[in-house]
Amino acid sequence: MTLRHFTLKILGRLVLILISIVFLVPIFWMFTTSIKDLSEVMTYPPVWWPNPPKWHNYIKAVNYIPFGRYTLNTIIITVGNIAGVLFSAPLVAYSISRIKWKGRNILFMFILSTVLIPFPVIMIPVFIVFSRLGWINTFRPLIIPAFFGGGAFNIFLLRQFFMTIPEELSDAARIDGASEFGIYSRIMLPLIKPILIVISLFTFLGSWNDFMGPLIYLQNEAKYTLALGLQMYRSTNYVEWPLLMAASTIVVIPTIIAFYFTQNTIVESITLTGLKG
Amino acid sequence: MRASSARRNTLYGILFALPWIIGFLAFTAYPILASLYYSLTEFVGIGTPKWIGSGNYYNLFHDELFWTSLYNTVYYVGLAVPIGFVVGLGLALLLNMDLKEVGIYRTLVYIPYVLPAVVVGFIWLWMLNPYYGLLNLFLNTVFHIQGPGWFSDPKWAKPAFVMLAQWGAGGSAVIFLAAIKDVPRELLESAEIDGAGWWTKFSKIIIPMISPVILYHLITALFGGFQIFTTAYIATNGGPANSTLFYVLYLYRNAFQYSKMGYASAMAWILFIIVLILTLIIFKTSARWVFYRGGGE
Repeated sequence: MTLRHFTLKILGRLVLILISIVFLVPIFWMFTTSIKDLSEVMTYPPVWWPNPPKWHNYIKAVNYIPFGRYTLNTIIITVGNIAGVLFSAPLVAYSISRIKWKGRNILFMFILSTVLIPFPVIMIPVFIVFSRLGWINTFRPLIIPAFFGGGAFNIFLLRQFFMTIPEELSDAARIDGASEFGIYSRIMLPLIKPILIVISLFTFLGSWNDFMGPLIYLQNEAKYTLALGLQMYRSTNYVEWPLLMAASTIVVIPTIIAFYFTQNTIVESITLTGLKG
Repeated sequence: MRASSARRNTLYGILFALPWIIGFLAFTAYPILASLYYSLTEFVGIGTPKWIGSGNYYNLFHDELFWTSLYNTVYYVGLAVPIGFVVGLGLALLLNMDLKEVGIYRTLVYIPYVLPAVVVGFIWLWMLNPYYGLLNLFLNTVFHIQGPGWFSDPKWAKPAFVMLAQWGAGGSAVIFLAAIKDVPRELLESAEIDGAGWWTKFSKIIIPMISPVILYHLITALFGGFQIFTTAYIATNGGPANSTLFYVLYLYRNAFQYSKMGYASAMAWILFIIVLILTLIIFKTSARWVFYRGGGE
């Protein structure tokens, strides 16, 4: 029994190490390609670790395209989205979880049902509306909708959180003459701070990584985001692999940092959503 | 007093939900109806749409590329969803093992999931390069076989995307893991006392207990699969020989490269109906295999 248990553990550990390596190799390959020169890229068998590492590829990469400009654009869109989601998602989640009104269950159903709508269905009419407003090649189509939505999953998460807060807390504040909005902003929001951070990080990942949105709305090269800009290391029949991989490494670093800070909260919040049944 | 407080609650309820309601009307409800209308018109995106009835749908059914893109997508979904389920659940079971350093493995396996799809597309375009790619080198040195052309071979391009999708399996594994961790220990222990082996525990306890999460996973995976776009746009842009012209890629081209907004809207609605029917089927059958624990939320 114990011997069997022991071998199982060893075996499981080996399998997990192997899987981790398989999952990491592409990232390692991206990085090691980023510090090679072209001759080291196109060789067979490949070079695992270039000697010497070509660190100046990173300088070349950020000068090859308007990297600073695109970083700024991406940050503007990302920050705008986070602000939008933090504004709209907790408000509607509060409405369907803390205020007892007739329509709240129907509203909740509507919110959940939005996940069943494929993006292409709404993409075209929304594009046409924004183009009539003259918003093409601005960041507005990529930011403003966040202030009027918040994402079904975020709202769901927030609702679950709000419902764990005892009703007495609101009642006591009401007796003290606090307004509904006062209760919301001064009592509830501070209480759900951990989940607001998680939602911010989800939103960060969503907009930082977004490709299709910027692809549709930003045609002017000066307005590109990093995700769009990465394509510029490639021409019709040629790819600047080392520079592309250097730029990719830079683009990826914030997402890994964001993930690192959320990994535990992500697992906890998933448990809390009641998805477990 | 009570009536006025009910009215007050309704007022606040609506007030707090107002941004969402406005957004829903403007960015969901209106677009759904508008795209249905556009799908019945000839429309280049500016000017007035010209009513052509079912013309777009008729043309789509006679458009070879439409069928190609639908076939490619169904092929992809048909492989990526079941394989993704097995890989995700398998990873979760491994990550559920009682090991000191299991948190490290969890982190490492999850990282690819948070990477931008553009970067994922480029990394794999490079990894699967027929001549200098790491995978073919591996196949050659370890198994002494000449790897295929992957993204440059019509036969292997779709399987390459299925494989690429598995790199993100850490995302679903973490969700499965959270569900497995939530299975009551006593249940597994008492089954053990009754002499249940690991397969019985897995199939008779773990699977039913996490079945709501499986349902959630299947539906989101199905939606994600049908909407595969960015990695394909980057790695192959539909090629070679349209073998990876996925549905949304062809839809995107119609809408934004050929300015056939009506045609693309018809495609969007067909996609909508397909995924709705599939979702409905899954929900219908879920009554038989999804097990909800009592106690509500």
